Amino acid sequence: MAEKTAVPTNPASANFSGLPVIGLLTLLSLPLAVMYAYLFIDTISNSQGGSLVPSEFTLEHWRFLWETRPGKPNIWLVTLNTVIFTCCITAVTLTVSSMAGYVLSRLNVPARGFFLAGVMVLHAFPSVTLIIAIFIVLQYLGLYNSLIGVILVKAAIDLPLGIWLMKGFYDTVPWEIEMAGVVDGASRFTVWRRLVLPQIKPAVMALGLFSFLSGWSEFILPQVLAPGARVQVLSVYLAGLIADDNNFDFGTFKAVGVFYVVPVLILYAFFQKHLMNIYGGGTKG
Amino acid sequence: MRILLDKFCKSFGTTSVIEDMQLEVGSGEMLALLGPSGCGKSTTLFAICGIHRPTSGRILFGDRDVTNLPSQARNVGVVFQSYALYPHMTVEENIGFPLKVKRLATANIKQQVAEIAKLVQIDNLLGRRPGQLSGGQQQRVALARALIRRPDVLLLDEPLANLDAKLRLEMRSEIRRLQRETGITAILVTHDQVEAMSMCDRIAIMNKGEIVQIASPSDMYNDPRTAFVAGFLGNPPISFLKGRAEQGAFVLRDGGLKLPLPALSGIADGTELTLGVRPEHFGVAGGIPVEGRVTFAETQGRENLYDVVLPDGSVLRSIQPVRDDVKPGAQVRWMLDSSSTFVFAEDGRRL
Ligand SMILES: Nc1ncnc2c1ncn2[C@@H]1O[C@H](COP(=O)(O)OP(=O)(O)OP(=O)(O)O)[C@@H](O)[C@H]1O
Ligand SMILES: [Mg+2]
Repeated sequence: MAEKTAVPTNPASANFSGLPVIGLLTLLSLPLAVMYAYLFIDTISNSQGGSLVPSEFTLEHWRFLWETRPGKPNIWLVTLNTVIFTCCITAVTLTVSSMAGYVLSRLNVPARGFFLAGVMVLHAFPSVTLIIAIFIVLQYLGLYNSLIGVILVKAAIDLPLGIWLMKGFYDTVPWEIEMAGVVDGASRFTVWRRLVLPQIKPAVMALGLFSFLSGWSEFILPQVLAPGARVQVLSVYLAGLIADDNNFDFGTFKAVGVFYVVPVLILYAFFQKHLMNIYGGGTKG
Repeated sequence: MRILLDKFCKSFGTTSVIEDMQLEVGSGEMLALLGPSGCGKSTTLFAICGIHRPTSGRILFGDRDVTNLPSQARNVGVVFQSYALYPHMTVEENIGFPLKVKRLATANIKQQVAEIAKLVQIDNLLGRRPGQLSGGQQQRVALARALIRRPDVLLLDEPLANLDAKLRLEMRSEIRRLQRETGITAILVTHDQVEAMSMCDRIAIMNKGEIVQIASPSDMYNDPRTAFVAGFLGNPPISFLKGRAEQGAFVLRDGGLKLPLPALSGIADGTELTLGVRPEHFGVAGGIPVEGRVTFAETQGRENLYDVVLPDGSVLRSIQPVRDDVKPGAQVRWMLDSSSTFVFAEDGRRL
């Protein structure tokens, strides 16, 4: 499916030409494209004030990659922090949601209705309002300014959505498959692991991608709960650059921005097929 | 292995589906559960294989009480109404799954799968996924998966519903042969009375969660206990006439037909009755002449089927060897074999 849409020669329909539509779309997205182009061009060039044409090529804005600026943490440490932060969140969200969703969808647990309602309310609750309370709790636990603390908080906030999503997908898996598995002698866990989970693989992929992106772009929570130099993530580092009034450097800011967004682009390029899967509702493979 | 359902009850919430069912299936026997849609056949099957807990009552396999045993511990093979194949696995993995769960060696599994696949004639499809199979092929995969574990008990929920007529005939005898050879106790749920009669040792007819009658196919056909059973067995179905008792005879409502029947001695005059006449007992042979008009004629190849409307409006069906002298609209005078008819009281009980 995704391959098909990626082929540019594939006409939208034999009845009308796709050219006018493509033209219109190009025109409308031109400003965006120009902005992105300049975001990149500005990071590798210098230009005279007020001029749009770059006057010289330079790598000085990318210097942050190999030298640590005074008062700032090392970029590679920050990147490592971000990767750890994001991967842990994805892992926790996936593991807990895929199990909790199954339990809420299939098992006859006590207070199931209460849990379902609770998950729903938590999902609808604006988490930012909790941030002061969370701050105090973390301080109490000694987890303030630590990656673990902020990972737990972020994962907990993301979980209701994940659980709810997974429950919805489990609900579409026919009961008979599970009955057949149980009759075939498999334990309930094996049935879940070997028979049911593979049915919702596209959903797991999509949820994983969503939570990865959500973790990668998270700013408020790390900013408030883990601002320290040793545990900084990229979003906080980036924000620190503009907040720094003394030696304000727009070129470097843009370069870090590009550095920050590249992994996301790569991820999209590789996994867009799976993301599309969730909308197409296909359970192929 | 003998199966015994003892005072088995099942209700979902407040709706009671099965009440106080008593059913025994002998070791090595094949029993058909026959009944209209929604009467609780699948529910009974699910209770036997352990998916549904009985609300009350006991289930015994042999002398072992399995009422509270989980499915995994029961060694039951089930073919589900909807096949319930695992869509992400190939046919080979599907059939091998029960063995894989038992942690058998891969080579061993492969060999057993190949054997059983050959038996149900799907050995050329092992690499496919269920989505790439026809309904009949899926059904055979389900059957192979149920059999591979050599279960003590085989439960089949309408296993032949999706096959074409020829394949159905083949599979019927195939299943029966397998069941005989392995000596498995089997329960077959079906809508199709021909299937029930041809495949099974005994038939249990169910209605609204109750077993109305259990008997061998021929006993059931020749000696139905109620009008429901008589109406359920036989194709084309039996036809019913409404009437009264009068001096030991059945009299049609308008008095147009009088059948002296030994079963009616001692029945008070004027009692409302229903007479059941099978199509093969109304035609050229018999003792009582009946006049009517043919409204419908259909040839089934070897035989013709006629609907004959009597003067009072009731309909008798007749099945006869092919003849082409009778057309719809013709007035006929055919014979009714009164000794093979059934009389039922108003509540459906056979007299
Ligand atoms: N989980 C359930 N909850 C509530 N009612 C149920 C449930 N399962 C079955 N029933 C009801 O129990 C009755 C018997 O259902 P069952 O599936 O046993 O019918 P069946 O005889 O197998 O019918 P069919 O021939 O159509 O398959 C039906 O009226 C059905 O609505
Ligand atoms: Mg059923």
